[in-house]
Amino acid sequence: MSSIELLTNKEYKYGFVTDIESDMIPRGLSEETIRLISEKKNEPEFMLDFRLKAYRNWLKMEEPQRWPNITYPKVDYQDIIYYSAPKQKPTLASMDEVDPELIKTFEKLGIPLTEQKQLANVAVDAVFDSVSVATTYKEKLKKHGVIFCSFSEAVHEYPELIKKYLGTVVPTNDNYFAALNSAVFTDGSFVFIPKGVRCPMELSTYFRINNSESGQFERTLIIAEENSHVSYLEGCTAPKFDKNQLHAAVVELVALDDAEIKYSTVQNWYAGDEEGKGGIYNFVTKRGACRGRNSKISWTQVETGSAITWKYPSCILQGDNSIGEFYSVALTNHAQQADTGTKMIHIGKNTRSNIVSKGISAGKSNNSYRGLVKVLAGAEGARNYTQCDSLLIGDKCGANTFPYIEVSNNTAKVEHEATTSRISEEQLFYLRQRGISQEDAVSLIINGFCKDVFRELPMEFAVEAQRLLGMKLEGSVG
Amino acid sequence: MMAQATKEKSSYRAAFDAMQAEDARCLPAWLLRLRETAMERFEQVGFPTTDVEDWKYTNTGAITKGAFAPVEAGARVELGAADVAAFLAPEASSRLVFVNGVYRAELSATENLPEGVVVADFATAFAGEHESILRAYLARPSDPEVDGFNALNAAFLREGALVYLPRGAQVSAPIQLLFLSAPATQTAAVFPRVLVVAERESAATIIESYASTDESRSFTNAVVEVFVGENARVTHYKVQRESEAAFHIAKTNAELERSGVYDLTTITLGAQLSRHGIGVKLAHEGAECWVDGLYLVGTGQHADTHSLIDHSSPHCTSHQLYKGILDGKSRAVFNGKVFVHKDAQKTDAQQSNKNLLLSNEARIDTKPQLEIYADDVKCAHGATVGQLEEEELFYLVSRGLHTDLARNLLTYGFAEELVEKIKIESIKRQLDEAILNRLHARLEV
Repeated sequence: MSSIELLTNKEYKYGFVTDIESDMIPRGLSEETIRLISEKKNEPEFMLDFRLKAYRNWLKMEEPQRWPNITYPKVDYQDIIYYSAPKQKPTLASMDEVDPELIKTFEKLGIPLTEQKQLANVAVDAVFDSVSVATTYKEKLKKHGVIFCSFSEAVHEYPELIKKYLGTVVPTNDNYFAALNSAVFTDGSFVFIPKGVRCPMELSTYFRINNSESGQFERTLIIAEENSHVSYLEGCTAPKFDKNQLHAAVVELVALDDAEIKYSTVQNWYAGDEEGKGGIYNFVTKRGACRGRNSKISWTQVETGSAITWKYPSCILQGDNSIGEFYSVALTNHAQQADTGTKMIHIGKNTRSNIVSKGISAGKSNNSYRGLVKVLAGAEGARNYTQCDSLLIGDKCGANTFPYIEVSNNTAKVEHEATTSRISEEQLFYLRQRGISQEDAVSLIINGFCKDVFRELPMEFAVEAQRLLGMKLEGSVG
Repeated sequence: MMAQATKEKSSYRAAFDAMQAEDARCLPAWLLRLRETAMERFEQVGFPTTDVEDWKYTNTGAITKGAFAPVEAGARVELGAADVAAFLAPEASSRLVFVNGVYRAELSATENLPEGVVVADFATAFAGEHESILRAYLARPSDPEVDGFNALNAAFLREGALVYLPRGAQVSAPIQLLFLSAPATQTAAVFPRVLVVAERESAATIIESYASTDESRSFTNAVVEVFVGENARVTHYKVQRESEAAFHIAKTNAELERSGVYDLTTITLGAQLSRHGIGVKLAHEGAECWVDGLYLVGTGQHADTHSLIDHSSPHCTSHQLYKGILDGKSRAVFNGKVFVHKDAQKTDAQQSNKNLLLSNEARIDTKPQLEIYADDVKCAHGATVGQLEEEELFYLVSRGLHTDLARNLLTYGFAEELVEKIKIESIKRQLDEAILNRLHARLEV
């Protein structure tokens, strides 16, 4: 037990703070705040209207505290700074103009932004607190007709696309946190893949919270036109603060006929200390609409951070023969809480969905899978397969499974399977007697447990995810 | 709607006050107090609405607005032994028969029981030496979260069945508790209550049946409590085949002592709206339970099963298999939760819900849930929704079977796993018939 405990309690290595001058607005939320944000970003009229509409909806809504299997003190929405940006020149002609301090920060996080060092074959949009600071490989992507830029830039450069798609997948009145995000979001990424284009490289956004007082509200919109393909990655970290911080993002995906979007997340927000002090509240709405025939949206997530995770990446399978996929590994340790899962709404004919969820609970954490598979009356031949497995490490944690299955069509086939167990003594014994150390054996078993999900991740991410999992669990296995 | 509900509540209040006044002299004071508390609880919470997560898929508006009235004491329906014969399980050597909630001694049989075993209606038990048993179990502090239906049952607690097995008693023949609904002057609301107490090392089989003598409307709101002592074994069948106009709300609670065994099989065939809540508490080491069931519904029917299997002690085992066959424009709901508390190590809990949709208008909402707070456990659940396999159909048809017959055969095959489990021939036969009748009906169309 002891040696393992030593291992687990490794420090969160992304917990540093960058000392940088920021441009902040006063804390608090009102119509004034929203107007101020909109003004700061020099937004066109329609954006302000969108925000205000969302804000008015939000005022009428209630925070979902009752149904999720999580507990936290009420968030004081007036005590958050809704806009915080590193001070710098408004437009950047090249990467050289980015504050070296910022470049250093991202380098430290393993995301080199400068030309010479850029990751091969991955274009990165780096978001620091409320704004996007840099986007790499923009020019190269442009040659293929792919638009990859910060959301603010998209609002100015491609207002028609934004107008056409923003809020169509996650409406402003969808839920409490989505409404809040729609009112105050500051930046994010925008991706547009035109007809028939296969995006030549992986696209990636890296989110970093730096300011202890601010929340992060980013918005991602990905549109894949007919017969296009894109793979998108998302990563995130935050410094260690004693105070809880709110991260309420909205991600909208739209896939038209024969298009495919693959969305991968490795979430490693600061999770708070062992006693649950501090950490990020990760209240996120992610949804993809398979609008076209034969379209496909695939979510892969590795959730290891955050004090509280509340997110249900979903697919609306509207087009005939469309496919939705959800692969998830959710790890909770110490006092973390996670209530996460997916929703698959089958509307079109012959739509298929596949859900694989692996939950690992350690310490005194609580990990819940909550998922909905809904087959509407018109979804002839819909097919779903769901597998949720939970692994418990220690006797103070909880693992829960709450699947909702609603079927109104008799040609549908829906299967759900779930198991909960601890690491098998037999497997452990087998590995130990082959001379493999306890920690390595546990790590091997856990990686095996998550294999079905890891193999869906892009190569670099898979390696990262495995390492992360090992690190997070160190010391909790005895 | 709101006004309607309020009126409904107050009509229950009027009936309740009349009943309390009437019973003031003949029933023990603790019971009157218990009923009053329950009535207050009911008035406070009312009938559950679909806003409540547990009732999300089942709308009880028709009951709330149904103008059902509690049966008055002495309301008698003419029914002879010949009329009841069809509803009796011939295997049972002792039985209690209730018609519209009223005990009928002349139709019942309480002889042929081993020494010390009590099978009695509440009125007899309250008056006799077994009052203390009733008091010990009925007057226990109730769950403060109890829902409106259960509270209403407790408020109208008057008639009921007591089965008491003293230490070591073995009753080999099944004991039948039959609750019949028959047409009455008013559309009756009936509140049956069953209490089964099996002391250590005792064993018995209980058949709890609900049926209607014709197609009339009725509202049954039953609560059944089973206490399984150390090393005792209770096998329990609940067969519900009320008329397709009936409303049936039932709750079955069981508590198991160390190494106690409880085996419940529920068969749901009737009622326009039925809801069966099940709560099994495994609070002592080595207890084991089976909670199995089959629901078979057709056009106009809605069957809802909500179960909670609560593991709070180590080394307990639970098995659950529920199968549903949905035909026509029917709807079924299954919600099964397995809760494993922090100290319930070495728990083995298996749960499975399988549904067969025979028509494109049927709808199923299933929600198997696991909540686990202990690490050394083996828990699994599964749920499926599907239809008959094309390949299997093709195989049978290619052997010369008519398509409809092939479908029937496969449907029967789907249910067989549960039918085979039933050890009582007459229930098995009934079930065979129910499945086949339904299937014949399909054939003729």
